[in-house]
Amino acid sequence: MEDKETMPDALPAKPEPVKQPESPRISRRLWLSGAVTAATVMLVRQSVGKVAPVVPSAAPEVMTPATDLAAVDPTKVIGAGPSGYGTTSLFEKPERLTSLTSSRTPLQNLYGSITPSGLHFERHHGGIPVIDPDKYELLIHGMVDRPLVFSLADLKKFPSVTRTCFIECSGNYRSGKAEMTPQEICGLTSQSEWTGVLLSTIFKEVGVQPAATWFLAEGGDAAVMTRSIPVSKGWEDAMIVYAQNGEALRPEQGYPARLLLPGWEGNTSVKWLRRIKLSDAPFMTREETSKYTEKVKDGKIRQFSFVMDARSIITFPTYPVKVQKGWIEIRGLAWSGRGKIERVEVSVDGGQSWTAAELQGPVLDKAHTVFRYLWNWKGEETRIMSRAVDETGYVQPDYETLAAARESKGGYHFNPITKWLVKNNGEVFHDSPKSDDLS
Amino acid sequence: MDKSSVFKGYLIAIAALGAAIAIALYAFLRDPQEETPDKFGFGKVAGADRIKALDIDVMPDGRGLPAGTGDIRQGLIIYTEKCVSCHGNGEKVDYKLPGDALFVNQPAKKTKTIGTYWPYATTIFDYIRRAMPYNAPGSLSDQEVYHLTAYLLYANKVIPANTVINEHSLPKIVMPAKKNYVVDDREGGSDIR
Repeated sequence: MEDKETMPDALPAKPEPVKQPESPRISRRLWLSGAVTAATVMLVRQSVGKVAPVVPSAAPEVMTPATDLAAVDPTKVIGAGPSGYGTTSLFEKPERLTSLTSSRTPLQNLYGSITPSGLHFERHHGGIPVIDPDKYELLIHGMVDRPLVFSLADLKKFPSVTRTCFIECSGNYRSGKAEMTPQEICGLTSQSEWTGVLLSTIFKEVGVQPAATWFLAEGGDAAVMTRSIPVSKGWEDAMIVYAQNGEALRPEQGYPARLLLPGWEGNTSVKWLRRIKLSDAPFMTREETSKYTEKVKDGKIRQFSFVMDARSIITFPTYPVKVQKGWIEIRGLAWSGRGKIERVEVSVDGGQSWTAAELQGPVLDKAHTVFRYLWNWKGEETRIMSRAVDETGYVQPDYETLAAARESKGGYHFNPITKWLVKNNGEVFHDSPKSDDLS
Repeated sequence: MDKSSVFKGYLIAIAALGAAIAIALYAFLRDPQEETPDKFGFGKVAGADRIKALDIDVMPDGRGLPAGTGDIRQGLIIYTEKCVSCHGNGEKVDYKLPGDALFVNQPAKKTKTIGTYWPYATTIFDYIRRAMPYNAPGSLSDQEVYHLTAYLLYANKVIPANTVINEHSLPKIVMPAKKNYVVDDREGGSDIR
């Protein structure tokens, strides 16, 4: 205990012995820990020359707010050293918009088609569980020849597959006011490069019986959340993934392993996957009856609406930006759960005429696809909008068409064209349908 | 041994040698990566105990339901103690309940309750047992879950007072909303559904 008391606070309670470096070069770990002795600091200062004159006299040694750093000529002061795990620039603050059970991706602040892992939308039904990867197990049983339990290490031993696709919550439509960003309207969609094992590989391993038509996917969270999935999706392209954008899954994305059903409503890609049970019928869980079903015409309730219809949204220029006359690159995202985006059409005259936007290739299957459209704005008030067309020929409908087809003003799987009002002073607002129904 | 049989022997030997060379050549020239096997032998066999510990799902036909009976009055007592603070007592309130309203005393058009929206009674049992109460998930006994299921069916006017439910009767209950359910028929293309 005495040793601990005499040790600097920044060092861990039981430090590994630090080897005395042979050269004046000091141990990186020691340097980063902030536990360098006065003598070492002197040594370093001498070795890098005079730095004192350009540093404000009151400059703190360790952490400096961005504004203070910005006041310093970066060519006249040694920058920060390397770190174990990098972070975003001090000047960048993209953030998810959180509620009690979800958070939304800031679509309008992102570039390209990949969502940074820390900005992937969240939807939890019982919070984010803490699961020790060494204790993690996935049980597969029911109508199989060999019920098996896989550890995380077992899953990683199987042939791996990497694919890029979006995950979108089917309850991803909000409207009702002009001051809304893409994040608020449909921020429950995100895209990652996922790595894992094909579910078909696991199906062969356990010997799924021909009579099995559905499987239950069960999470290991406090909701022990469950969905029934047709076995055919398992043979087609379902995966059990353990990595996202090159590293282990984030806890909020299902660490250590989740189901991934490309193109299907996000709720079916069950996170923290702990059990798969093969059966001959759907289980009719709460999430596929009371929730994730939608009222459609003639008073019917539509169930097992798995596939996400094609959708697009302009992410620039959108509320709250203000644009100026001249060339504006209209940018946005388009995606379809049924395959590739065939084209995206943009209208800058309130929907009277439509022109094909440029798609950023390669256009991937069931993936966010970036589109761009160069627009020379003359300063007139107008409405701009985009509509996606996928390879099945599906054309993203406008709000009125969709509302009439469904006899509904919102709810799950609502994917209407989003319109943006560009005022003649350059302000941009969400041109919301006249509806406050957010069901 | 006559000449012809010796000759035959040579032929067989040459043929066998040729076949052996062909096989060796094939093995040498073919893609060194072996065929992907159907099975890798990864994972452990799941024993019956292990499966039983996790196998908690209940299906609409009653598969998975434990033996037991549910009593409406017992259910009301548990509901009052453990559920009402989030789900309300069926009366209109001027604030948003933390949980969904599961039943309403005065029918309202837009309220999605068990009685107006849930297609299967078994789902009530399955969901309460796996996920409720929200602040203590999985803490209820099967007996308590049966009582609550009975109470919620009664509060939604699906079963009359004094009904006792059990693992045989629960799957037979026809929920009012069942008739409204249709399976998704969207299939891409030009139709908007």
